[in-house]
Amino acid sequence: MSVGLEHYLVVSTLLFALGLLGVILRRNLLVIYMSLELMLNAGNLALVAFSRFTGNLDGQVLVFFVITVAAAEVSVGLAIIVALYRKRQTAHVEDLTLMKL
Amino acid sequence: MNALPWLILFLPLLAAAAITLFTGRGRALSAGLSIGAVAAGFVLSLIFIGCEGWRPATGESAVSWLAVGSFQVDFGLHLDGLSLLMMLMVTGVAGVIHVYSWGYMRDDPGISRFFACLSLFTFSMLGVVLAGNFIELFIFWELVGVCSYLLIGYWYERPAAAEAGKKAFLTNRLGDFGFLLGILTVWVTLHSLNFHDLEHQLQANGQALGALTTLAGLLIFCGAVGKSAQFPLHVWLPDAMEGPTPVSALIHAATMVAAGVYMLCRVYFLLDEPARQVIGWIGGVTSILSAVIAVQQNDIKRILAYSTLSQLGMMVMGIGLQAQKEAMFHLTTHAFFKAVLFLGAGSVIVALHHEQDIWKMGGLRKKMPVTFWTFLAGTLALAGVPPFSGFYSKDSILAVAIARQNYALFALGAAVAALTTFYMFRLVYVVFLGKERGEVPGQAHESPSVMLWPLRLLAVFSIIGGFIGVENVYGRFFSPGMGEEGTLEQLLAPFREAPAAASFGLLAVALGYLGARALYAKSAKDPLPEKLGALSRAMQNGFYFDRFYQTTVIRFHDFLAALAAWIDRWIIGGGVRFTHGFTELSGRALRLVQTGNLQTYAFLFALGVALVLFLALRQ
Repeated sequence: MSVGLEHYLVVSTLLFALGLLGVILRRNLLVIYMSLELMLNAGNLALVAFSRFTGNLDGQVLVFFVITVAAAEVSVGLAIIVALYRKRQTAHVEDLTLMKL
Repeated sequence: MNALPWLILFLPLLAAAAITLFTGRGRALSAGLSIGAVAAGFVLSLIFIGCEGWRPATGESAVSWLAVGSFQVDFGLHLDGLSLLMMLMVTGVAGVIHVYSWGYMRDDPGISRFFACLSLFTFSMLGVVLAGNFIELFIFWELVGVCSYLLIGYWYERPAAAEAGKKAFLTNRLGDFGFLLGILTVWVTLHSLNFHDLEHQLQANGQALGALTTLAGLLIFCGAVGKSAQFPLHVWLPDAMEGPTPVSALIHAATMVAAGVYMLCRVYFLLDEPARQVIGWIGGVTSILSAVIAVQQNDIKRILAYSTLSQLGMMVMGIGLQAQKEAMFHLTTHAFFKAVLFLGAGSVIVALHHEQDIWKMGGLRKKMPVTFWTFLAGTLALAGVPPFSGFYSKDSILAVAIARQNYALFALGAAVAALTTFYMFRLVYVVFLGKERGEVPGQAHESPSVMLWPLRLLAVFSIIGGFIGVENVYGRFFSPGMGEEGTLEQLLAPFREAPAAASFGLLAVALGYLGARALYAKSAKDPLPEKLGALSRAMQNGFYFDRFYQTTVIRFHDFLAALAAWIDRWIIGGGVRFTHGFTELSGRALRLVQTGNLQTYAFLFALGVALVLFLALRQ
């Protein structure tokens, strides 16, 4: 059995859906954060797969950028979570409903 | 020389501004500024007339004030015999009354405010007199009304005074509305508001206004009806007596109420025959109506107020009879003798500690000789006894009525003359002669000389005012080229030229005097109410005009106001409240969506993206 584009895309979709479920359902901010990373990487996987099957390097270059930016984003996001935890002594989203009037 | 009239006009305004801004606490300084400004105005007027004569070379000096497209309004001074004479009269009488006010108002705490208003009034009145076009005239016209409002309500802590000021202002506004419409009519048809221009246009073509001639004349007359308190808008003037007595003398007898008559003389070329008919009859009706009412008034100032109404009616009647010069003559002499009467009344009122009911006075001749004699001079002049000034001016109007063969108006005028003599001698008998009624008149004493000298001065003018003669001064403004006559000929002229009018006038005076003497020379109280019954009560209440207006015009107006308030509250306001309520309700409903939970937002976001993708990729 040869592995085609569809297989990669199915895996990517599954990963993305898992990530989304994690974001929507998990309560802990850190876990939500990890789920977000999972979604990003699902996107990366799809890009790499497209790049491989169209013989074009553009997708791979884009993935490098995504990884770099994600790294920066993680550092900022973690810093915010730590600051939030220090302030409110919690990292659970139900307790962080300041946006409500 | 050209700057002099401008200086005369603006000096009182400067005084008013200086008093308001700087000398509010300096009582004597405020009074001095105000008196100085108007006295300087009088002296400068004399100098100007002495140098330039009654027909100055520069008939008009104007600066362009505003221009909207082709519509040009100048701010200019119209200088001819008519306005110069009025300028002299206004500054002269106002100056004398200013001095008197310093005595009359001496103990009042708000004297600076009083003099500021008085100066502002003098400025506005001079503006009315000197205005060169309708817009300017209208502005000063309204300013005069404002000053009148401020001064009637000068003792604003008294509800009656505040009400009277409001009534005067609103009634005047009613007339001014018609006046403004008249001005607009003239502007629309003739495209000019300058008096010179209009006169030239109408002299060149008498039908320039076309079908609107009568309407324009009557609308402009509406302004005079309000300001000169003619029937049916006469109701404000008697109430205006709530103001201080010098104000009544200056504004509500000598100058402001005469502005309507002056304005009609200024624009007499706009009035055609039907309009003059209406004007003559309105004047006549006002005159007889208020003379009858005056017979049964018991407040010394209200008697004089109704007398003023009656004399103003006489002047307006004169205008209706095409007797502008006679009306102006009567206006001038009336200013002198009515001022002296009001100031004399003020002197009495002060001496009796602000008692105004004539049936609580009596026997004041001995206590207040100067007031008595000057008041008597004013009374004789008003009644029309030769050779006092009132005789000549009133007789000249009656003579014109005969000459125009308008016997109905002549009869009205003669009846008014008889009634005038009657109620004035009733006043003199009750207040100055006879016995003292009660304690207060017994303790009265003569007023200080700062109040007596103005009385003496004005009394002299009301005696000799007729000598200047109607033809000598006024004839030249309205029909130049008339020969001048000597003083003696002037004095005899009424008997020589119109013996019927003069003899009927004298007969009326004699009748009025004999009637008053028979009824009031010895009576302790008024015998007329018992004899006349209901009629007397009607006269005391001014024929119930106030009550009539209260139940019709004002009630209708209140109904309209209530209706408008209802519409505003429930229809316009209801729309506003509905919008507000709907917005708030939907806001409350939508707020439930905002849970503040991060994951709800993330879920909705994902749902939204899925929806967009589904819609975009459906094809």
